[in-house]
Amino acid sequence: MSDRRKKNSMPEQSPAERRRNFAEVALGYDAETARCEAARCLQCKTSPCRQGCPVEVDIPGFILHIRNGDFAAANEDLLRYNALPAVCGRVCPQEDQCEKLCVLGKNGEPVAIGRLERFAADYARENLPPAPVANVVRPDAPRVAIVGSGPAGVTAAGELAKMGYRVTVFEALHMPGGVLMYGIPEFRLPKAIVQHEIGALRAMGVEIVSNAIVGKSITVDELMNEEGYQAVFIGTGAGLPYFMGIPGENANGVFSANEFLTRSNLMQAWRADSPTPIFVGRRSAVVGGGNVAMDAARTAVRLGAEEVFLVYRRSRQEMPARHEEIDHALEEGVIFRTLTNPTAVRVDDRGWVSGLECVEMELGEPDESGRRRPVVKPGSEHFLPVDSVIMAIGQGPNPLVQSTTPNLRVNRWNNIWTDENGMTSRPGVFAGGDVVTGAATVILAMGAGKRAAQAIDRYLREQK
Amino acid sequence: MGYKIIRKKVLSPTVKEFEIVAPLVARRAQPGQFVVLRVDADGERIPLTIADYDRQRGTVVIIVQELGAGTKKLGRLEQGEELADFAGPMGNPTHLHNLGKVVVIGGGVGIAAIWPIVRGMKQAGNHVTTIIGAKTESLLILVDELAGYSDELVVATDDGSRGVQGFVTTALQAIIDRGQAIDQVLAVGPAIMMKTVADLTRKYNIKTIVSLNPIMVDGTGMCGACRVSVGGATRFACADGPEFDAHQVDFDLLLSRLAMYRQRERDDVEKFEHEGGCKVHE
Ligand SMILES: Cc1cc2nc3c(=O)[nH]c(=O)nc-3n(C[C@H](O)[C@H](O)[C@H](O)COP(=O)(O)OP(=O)(O)OC[C@H]3O[C@@H](n4cnc5c(N)ncnc54)[C@H](O)[C@@H]3O)c2cc1C
Ligand SMILES: Cc1cc2nc3c(=O)[nH]c(=O)nc-3n(C[C@H](O)[C@H](O)[C@H](O)COP(=O)(O)OP(=O)(O)OC[C@H]3O[C@@H](n4cnc5c(N)ncnc54)[C@H](O)[C@@H]3O)c2cc1C
Ligand code: SF4
Ligand code: SF4
Ligand code: FES
Repeated sequence: MSDRRKKNSMPEQSPAERRRNFAEVALGYDAETARCEAARCLQCKTSPCRQGCPVEVDIPGFILHIRNGDFAAANEDLLRYNALPAVCGRVCPQEDQCEKLCVLGKNGEPVAIGRLERFAADYARENLPPAPVANVVRPDAPRVAIVGSGPAGVTAAGELAKMGYRVTVFEALHMPGGVLMYGIPEFRLPKAIVQHEIGALRAMGVEIVSNAIVGKSITVDELMNEEGYQAVFIGTGAGLPYFMGIPGENANGVFSANEFLTRSNLMQAWRADSPTPIFVGRRSAVVGGGNVAMDAARTAVRLGAEEVFLVYRRSRQEMPARHEEIDHALEEGVIFRTLTNPTAVRVDDRGWVSGLECVEMELGEPDESGRRRPVVKPGSEHFLPVDSVIMAIGQGPNPLVQSTTPNLRVNRWNNIWTDENGMTSRPGVFAGGDVVTGAATVILAMGAGKRAAQAIDRYLREQK
Repeated sequence: MGYKIIRKKVLSPTVKEFEIVAPLVARRAQPGQFVVLRVDADGERIPLTIADYDRQRGTVVIIVQELGAGTKKLGRLEQGEELADFAGPMGNPTHLHNLGKVVVIGGGVGIAAIWPIVRGMKQAGNHVTTIIGAKTESLLILVDELAGYSDELVVATDDGSRGVQGFVTTALQAIIDRGQAIDQVLAVGPAIMMKTVADLTRKYNIKTIVSLNPIMVDGTGMCGACRVSVGGATRFACADGPEFDAHQVDFDLLLSRLAMYRQRERDDVEKFEHEGGCKVHE
């Protein structure tokens, strides 16, 4: 350990190696390194880091356990606040949350809170006997239906089961996990970890029904009036892909990031023996600058594209992706075309993409989001020849529940409205996560699920 | 979990009918809707029209034509075996009300899709003329069942082995020519068939509905694989359809997109696979 002002580095697969496989990139701390990193924490009395965490994990508390070598206690501490520490340690945007407020950050690098969180959870999963899960569900307890099995739904389900409620999760896809399964790639979040967490939920007595599309297979009203659920939580996420609306966008070889990532992750097209086809070609352009864009670009690299361009209309500073993912993408050879915006998809005579017509952008005055608005640079039209285009410019809320649940208030983007307790305009129907906030983060969705579970508990007690 | 096959019927060497236990699908299924199934834990998600359903028994009937690896694997399953996944009902149901005189057209496995529609149209009080078409007699399905619910059933085969020789459009033209008033045409079948029907009825200004079958992944509106262009606007067939006004549909785009993986396979599989740039499986 050389420089105490810096984080202990975490071993990673080398870029040359990982460009050709889907195994996890970051390999995690070993026990020794974790204890060294934990020793950097000053155990601040006021623990400013906690204010940066949406679920206020007791950061100095769990770190002290790691420092003392009591990794089991560290994990138990974490689980009191966060049901998915192995996931959050990997995917939280720590630089904007807990680590942003760490005092060490003023004069060097903050404590690697995310890496430590990941370490404790991984250690427990791999080395400790599974904590005896008490199935405390009461056979006569009220029944609660959870719609969607992403981080919001899974968290709400777990919290409610712990309180003894009889919980059923309804998931439209064939696998539970939401974005954690279909969106975030294996090389960033191994699917075995997600399924381990889902398994824990089942062990607690939560029933998970996949292939159940609420709004189509069964409606919210039927759940409440015919199936005997006394409360419903909607955590259906933001999975509706947006397209740019430019000419040529329906050509063959133009995909939404959702389609591309779902084929690769959920349908396992990344495996050579998978029956699901996926196409990337020799040169691929990914449009966008968030986590979704980075995941799509890095997946395209791994599927064998020789050149992958990331086309983003602002500059690198404005990219909303986690810093680590941006760095990893660059290391893996993704070519950033920032301050560039596509104006049309050029289509060949067989209906396939042949490239993107683009313009260069300059940053003008700040817009509503406080970021400088990109404006077109006159005379900057140019052409980027590519074989595939992946649109990662954002997603809207999944619409099926909204359109089939009468009197459910939504805003103009079709996000579900809730009061401060997470209750919708329909009594007994709660909502949280991306379907309420718009596309956000795993930990915010989990926080919403947890708060809604508490509100559902209060609501059901008052009903008695 | 599993979704059990309680009945299998071989309709032709490549067309099989299955009745499957899926209470959550049967409960709200309506004509015009479809399911997405997976044969096993490794399988593709395959969209198939709901050919029939029995709410009491909690079962759904599908009729599948073996085409690629996925549908072939499905076709080999036997009564008593289980499917890994069976989700639905997806898509919007057919509007079934009394329109007057309707012509319902089914081509190939599209015949399976029109079976509950013909029944529903008849029950809604319509005068129903049904046209079904296939390459040859052995590929015709549900002829007697459809005859039972149609005021008139016209059969067309490409080779003339049964009924009119020619396409479903040959039969439709004959009906138009004899001066029959038609309030609406509804056509389900291969994209190219629906295109030719649309071209014909456009000339006579007959309102026409088609059920589009683009390549799909989730079937719930989450991926955009099923994008179609209708009246110049991009729509997701699984969530906004699958039925659309035929005269507004860009069929050339649909045909091109349906060939996405097929075409690449033929043209480029060698070129790209050797360079590791592409992966397309049959
Ligand atoms: C590619 C990608 C990368 C990301 N990377 C990060 C990251 O690094 N860090 C981070 O913090 N966040 C990241 N995010 C964002 C994060 O994943 C989401 O904010 C989070 O998953 C939202 O959780 P949720 O539970 O609200 O919804 P989701 O995870 O979207 O889950 C919703 C679930 O509901 C199901 N559903 C939808 N409609 C119905 C219905 N009618 N009936 C039944 N089920 C239904 C869906 O199939 C899905 O399984 C990423 C997102 C994507 C897409
Ligand atoms: C809403 C909807 C309803 C359908 N209903 C029925 C039905 O009732 N009975 C039935 O037999 N088939 C139906 N289909 C078509 C069926 O889904 C495809 O034939 C099937 O997915 C092919 O899968 P595969 O794995 O066997 O072939 P693959 O190996 O995936 O493909 C074989 C060939 O078929 C093409 N193909 C892929 N998807 C489709 C598709 N959606 N439509 C047409 N060609 C496709 C491929 O490009 C390829 O060339 C329906 C499709 C949709 C979208
Ligand atoms: S949950 Fe996320 S924000 Fe909170 S401490 Fe862990 S890594 Fe930081
Ligand atoms: S602010 Fe940093 S140093 Fe202080 S307790 Fe939190 S993690 Fe430790
Ligand atoms: S199949 Fe994915 S949006 Fe229609």
